[in-house]
Amino acid sequence: MPDETRSEDAAIVARGLKKTYRGDVVALDGLDLEVPAGMCYGLVGPNGSGKTTTVKIMTTLTTADDGQAVVSGIDVKADPDRVRKMIGVVDQRSTADLTATARENLTLQGRVYGLKGPELKTRVSELLEQFGLSKDAKRLVKGFSGGMTRRLDVALGLVHRPHVLFLDEPSTGLDPEARHALWEEIDRLVQGQRMTILFTTHYLEEAERYGELISIIDSGHVVATGTPDELKSTLQGDALFVELAGAVDPDLVKRSLAGIEDVSDVVVEDRRLRARADVGARAVPRVLSELESAGIQIDSVTVSRSSLDDAYLLYTGRRFAEVDQAGEEAAAAGAGAKRAKKEGGEGR
Amino acid sequence: MIAGIRDSWYMAGRHLRNLMRQPVYIALMLFQPVLYLVVFSQLFKKITLIPGFATTSYLVFLTPGIIILNALFGTAWSGMSIIEDVNRGVIDRFLQTPIKRVSLIAGRLTQMGVTLIIQSLILVGLALLMGARFSGGLTGILLLFLCSIMLALPFAALSNGIALMSGQQETVAAAVNFILLPLMFLSTVFMAPNLVPGWIRAISRYNPVNWAVEAGRAAVSPNPNWAIIGMRLLLLAGLSVVGVFFATHAFKTYQRSV
Ligand SMILES: Nc1ncnc2c1ncn2[C@@H]1O[C@H](COP(=O)(O)OP(=O)(O)OP(=O)(O)O)[C@@H](O)[C@H]1O
Ligand SMILES: [Mg+2]
Repeated sequence: MPDETRSEDAAIVARGLKKTYRGDVVALDGLDLEVPAGMCYGLVGPNGSGKTTTVKIMTTLTTADDGQAVVSGIDVKADPDRVRKMIGVVDQRSTADLTATARENLTLQGRVYGLKGPELKTRVSELLEQFGLSKDAKRLVKGFSGGMTRRLDVALGLVHRPHVLFLDEPSTGLDPEARHALWEEIDRLVQGQRMTILFTTHYLEEAERYGELISIIDSGHVVATGTPDELKSTLQGDALFVELAGAVDPDLVKRSLAGIEDVSDVVVEDRRLRARADVGARAVPRVLSELESAGIQIDSVTVSRSSLDDAYLLYTGRRFAEVDQAGEEAAAAGAGAKRAKKEGGEGR
Repeated sequence: MIAGIRDSWYMAGRHLRNLMRQPVYIALMLFQPVLYLVVFSQLFKKITLIPGFATTSYLVFLTPGIIILNALFGTAWSGMSIIEDVNRGVIDRFLQTPIKRVSLIAGRLTQMGVTLIIQSLILVGLALLMGARFSGGLTGILLLFLCSIMLALPFAALSNGIALMSGQQETVAAAVNFILLPLMFLSTVFMAPNLVPGWIRAISRYNPVNWAVEAGRAAVSPNPNWAIIGMRLLLLAGLSVVGVFFATHAFKTYQRSV
């Protein structure tokens, strides 16, 4: 797809974003992102991969050292105030004022965006209702549970009906039921508003369920982008997990399995061996016999269908030379990407 | 400009509400100045007998100085509360909205001004109870309050700026002690200008604390020297502008480190 046509109606664009913190901590290392308008877009990646930094830059809280960030067609660095009017933000940690009540928090937030009088009052009551906080509207946030505070955080981000919403781990700290309810609420609010959402999460099933597109990010740049299905289909075949009876030399394991045609992406961590196979059931006997002849004892073997988890592990759990190449090919899916990984694996 | 004032008003509302929720705070902050007022006025009662001491009541002489000191000490700590807001993410949230940066400082300064007026009323009330009489009347006392606020503004702004840049309460505390104690002692708060050593008098001429003390003392005196009061207030106003500018600018430094 030609880049230009997509950029036109992209609500969020990041090009080559770089950010280094004091002490030479590289947070972003050339991050590219493009979120089409009206889409709910997920960002996943391990701790410290740069998700929050990306959100901070896109929401004008901090600036990138290099690269460009554009929200709703407005350059974030050139005109931050206009961007601020368009966006709603829910930061990773709670930002509610603990010394005020829920209603006071929302009212002040609305005022800041220029809401006034009866309109503001209605809007605040509406949000309190929607997020199940009406009953506690007059209590100081200090006394709120984590889940209540989080719901208030999300409501704060929505007061002014933003065009673009940034949610940095909105459901962290919520129990599964509350998490589900929160997302249902977000989903409902977004429908019909054509709101663009960029969210980050550590829950893959959440990314899969609510993200129309997902980017996997690692070490400050995007390593793969695609729909959940596309990302999964990069991983043709099944995932193979073998519990080893004792610690072994990873190279020995890899060497012994190198000869098996349809087994790839072998990773050994402590006493766990992870690999991919075109047809899991057919590969198992050969894997077992190869391991046995190499003198490696095993405890158990599991075969499972590809999940987004596997994609995530594949892209972030191991680093290979052509990580970028693999990332580009991920969207296209298929054997090409797989080949790239195989070569990368050998190249180490 | 209008947006800045409107936003400052909203922010002041937030801080004033907090103040109303913990009025004890006002009283706690008053402990030190009340102590000074009561103890020093008794301790140094006879000081006015020294030839050359212009006023006959040390209490009358001391009260304006204590009100100014209260303003100085009470507000220099103002930076502590912005660090709390930073740590709780509240500042980050506001920085992601179109709110004017200056309002995040001005709102705090407004709350501080209100606190100061309440505290100063209590201090003056106490002085009156102790028998002090101020010739300047109500106007004089209101002017004295203005002087104290005008001194508090630049120092509170400075404190906020340092807080934003360092992000650490320890740094603010150290800076406050480093700056304020010398400013207090190199002034004529406790002693008549013609009786302090020459070098202190020389330095005190450039000491903003002294500007406020002199203007405040003049305001409650029988024959106020309006030129001195006006000039000192103008100097303090200039300093306030610089202070607020510095504090607002400190957000940039803060945002680079976020
Ligand atoms: N204010 C800061 N000062 C110094 N280093 C920082 C700062 N913020 C982030 N970093 C560093 O930048 C890198 C990326 O951090 P970031 O918070 O963006 O990761 P993340 O993907 O959001 O992680 P998590 O999933 O844990 O929230 C990390 O190495 C982190 O230590
Ligand atoms: Mg994060």
